[in-house]
Amino acid sequence: MSAIEVPQGRLRTPFYSRLAALDTLNSWHTWKGYTVPDALYCADTEYFAIRNATGVFDLTPMTKYRIAGPDALVYIDRLVTRDMSKIRPGRVAYAVWCNDQGQVIDDGTIFHLKDGEYRLCSQERHCAWLMDAAIGLDASITDETADVAALAVQGPTSFAILSRMGIDGLGELKPFGLMHVDFEGTELMVSRTGFTGDLGYELWVDPAKAEVLWDKLFAAGEITGIRAIGTDALELARIEAGYIMADIDFLPAHATVRTGRTRSPLELGLDWLVDFKKPNFNGRRALAEEKRSGSTWRLVKLDIEGNKPAHHAYIFADAKARRNIGFVTSAAWSPVCKQNIALGTVRMPHGAPGSNLWVEVFYQREMHWSRMMARAEVVDKPFWFPKRRGLTPPELV
Amino acid sequence: MTERYDAIVIGAGHNGLVCAALLAKAGRKVLVLEANERVGGAAITREFADGYSVSACAHLLYQLQPKVRKELGLSPKLASDAMQTVALAQDGQHVRYSGAKVTGVAEADVSSYRLFHRQMTRFADLLNTYLNTTPPRLGTSEFRDLATLARLGFDLRRLGRDEMRTFLRLIGINIHDEVTERFDSPLLRGALSFDAVLGTHLGPRSPNTVMTYLYRLAAGHGRLSVPQGGMGSLAEELAQAARTAGVTIRTNMPVERIVVENGRVAGVETAGGERFESLTVVSNADPKRTIMELVGARHVETGFTRRINNIRMRGNAAKLHLALDGLPGIDGLAKNEFGDRLVIAPDEHYVERAFNPAKYGECSAEPVVEMTFPGFRDKTLAPTGKHVMSCVVQYAPYALKNGWDDAAREAFTKTCIETIGRYAPDLESRITASELLTPADIEREFHITGGHWHHGELALDQFMFVRPVCGAAQYRMPLDGLYLCGAGAHPGGGVSGAAGRNAARFIIREQSA
Repeated sequence: MSAIEVPQGRLRTPFYSRLAALDTLNSWHTWKGYTVPDALYCADTEYFAIRNATGVFDLTPMTKYRIAGPDALVYIDRLVTRDMSKIRPGRVAYAVWCNDQGQVIDDGTIFHLKDGEYRLCSQERHCAWLMDAAIGLDASITDETADVAALAVQGPTSFAILSRMGIDGLGELKPFGLMHVDFEGTELMVSRTGFTGDLGYELWVDPAKAEVLWDKLFAAGEITGIRAIGTDALELARIEAGYIMADIDFLPAHATVRTGRTRSPLELGLDWLVDFKKPNFNGRRALAEEKRSGSTWRLVKLDIEGNKPAHHAYIFADAKARRNIGFVTSAAWSPVCKQNIALGTVRMPHGAPGSNLWVEVFYQREMHWSRMMARAEVVDKPFWFPKRRGLTPPELV
Repeated sequence: MTERYDAIVIGAGHNGLVCAALLAKAGRKVLVLEANERVGGAAITREFADGYSVSACAHLLYQLQPKVRKELGLSPKLASDAMQTVALAQDGQHVRYSGAKVTGVAEADVSSYRLFHRQMTRFADLLNTYLNTTPPRLGTSEFRDLATLARLGFDLRRLGRDEMRTFLRLIGINIHDEVTERFDSPLLRGALSFDAVLGTHLGPRSPNTVMTYLYRLAAGHGRLSVPQGGMGSLAEELAQAARTAGVTIRTNMPVERIVVENGRVAGVETAGGERFESLTVVSNADPKRTIMELVGARHVETGFTRRINNIRMRGNAAKLHLALDGLPGIDGLAKNEFGDRLVIAPDEHYVERAFNPAKYGECSAEPVVEMTFPGFRDKTLAPTGKHVMSCVVQYAPYALKNGWDDAAREAFTKTCIETIGRYAPDLESRITASELLTPADIEREFHITGGHWHHGELALDQFMFVRPVCGAAQYRMPLDGLYLCGAGAHPGGGVSGAAGRNAARFIIREQSA
């Protein structure tokens, strides 16, 4: 029996040396076993890089599975709630997958790399579930998390930087498209995807070429304000974009013990991802029943008065806080929108778009706590949705 | 051209026939498709050597539910009835038991056995009520399910405080502990242990083997009989009842797949390419075969597929058929006792030791054996003056480490004959032909995955509310129009007809709701 080398302690991504060189705060945490920075110098500055220039985020720890084999499409179409037969090779789909009870296991992106070959990226690990889903089908599942280094390059100047770096044909790449280019003798995959709600790309490369990629990228971006960012900046950007996060805005069904703590896609505002025209997918029977009988919860985007973030606040139907109907899961003051925003979960039928709810905000001034009831309007659209995000070709700025 | 039916039953096993007959009696146009040449599934009689016939799989009738018998007007002609069990001893000091009576043991054991039998049959009666109903769902607000649950609770309470506690204590424990606590006679302990583990991948020390013992007693308190003409004649009678009710039965029609259209069952397609349409397909095949092979994973959800795939169903019981030119001599056995059931299980440890190798994919070096001589009372089975011997031999694991080939089959046959030979020394010289059906052969001949009698191990985690799997215990599978009616569904195997009857009743009730 040969010895297997098991990494000790926190793993380092292939970009670690570059991140460490830029780091001034020494504030790191773990993400699926990897050490990643909360911020490298200043979370606010990093956030503004995303909105005004370009922020570069190391997303290598993102869980990545390769799904292939003759039944790959059948497999993936049964796995997720949306119709994957519409996702052509070279396209990416945001998708959500459920257990048989129609409760969300996780959400993520599925890259149709080439005909019949997919990459599924998600926050959580899903090996057991994905293997179970392959029972009786001719599909192979490979965990390639460590085999692919990945960077998110996000912000208004990202297109200009990548073009300057020499990526040809990027201008034609539409949102949720992907392309392959030669890079240092290997294949670099570029997808127009991201978690910031802004113009942006994600780069996927052989870990051996990770540092070269970083260096070329930063060389090309120097004059347009490229900055490495940590997870704090990204967190703010994703709330502005209205993106939900596993373990924060919903609990992955497989990590949930108590009944009633999980959520269905319908309860997370993801009904547009559930295609009942498909005859079978995991959770279909339960979701069809839920659609008939009504959901219990609704995810709401809140525009709250005042400027005090409503972290962990209870949500009420009335200003006198008599009827508690839910709670805030993500909250922030949005610098770019100049709005006090939040994502929350409320009991149906509360929270229809346009309606007014109340959140109970606690804030502290010099040790003493104060409480205020703040009016919150339920909004329909993402808080931040700039035109440049959908523009093809993007502006060369 | 396709034919349309109200319901199609896949497989003419005894449960399939019961289900089809009851559906037809309720006015449905029913088609039964059987893969084999003859109806009956594992309840058939067939020739295994020139002029010698035998019940090829199940060979004793003791679980046929009285309700099935009554509703279908069955009155099988019995060659033997109320057979006693003779636990063979090499020195001829056999132990015999039947009903509440045991002989050949000390007085203390006689009264202990009487008490044991009374208690066990009482519990078995309670169990039997629920073997004949659709198991309730847990965590539901359906009135019917809640009512059944409430009744179950009430029935348990009605046993009385002490008896209820005993029942709840016994249901999960092993038969070994129970028989060693109650009896002194090793032969009695051995034979009862064997009764509890017959047809399972369990040894006497395995959990819930008291439950499997109760299951055995449920329908008729363990009263053993053999139909005239073997089990096949019962199948024929069932088929006749079905035909009379208007069922069309077609044999030599192996179903290749269950047709699924727009997320629901639309019919079946045979291996010959014939297609039959029906919005209701009832499968008498085992759950694994039904879902994984006939339906296909793509048409059902992942959690369900995983559960079905994980059903434990490794057969361990082999059938040994011997053609004899005369009855062998067994010390201390009266001539008329050849019409009884003879077992080789000298003590409870012997049974456990026989099981041990099976855990590692090997056959028992000293198997436990259940023997009958069906030709003794039934002259239709063998030429005049000749005899057949039908034995269940354990343990012969389905997944034999080196695979089942002719050499392995021959070796195990030899082991069995040697084992029996210790009790019947002239047996070998009387054998003119033999046949061993290993679980692998049973799988091939009767299309039962793993060759397991019960279409899935009879264990608490695969019983009642969770048989065949959690969330699908009410005969209805999570695919519209698909139902199970075989031993893989509640309550389990044995020639009882309960699964077929319950399934038919469920379907009729659901469709008229």
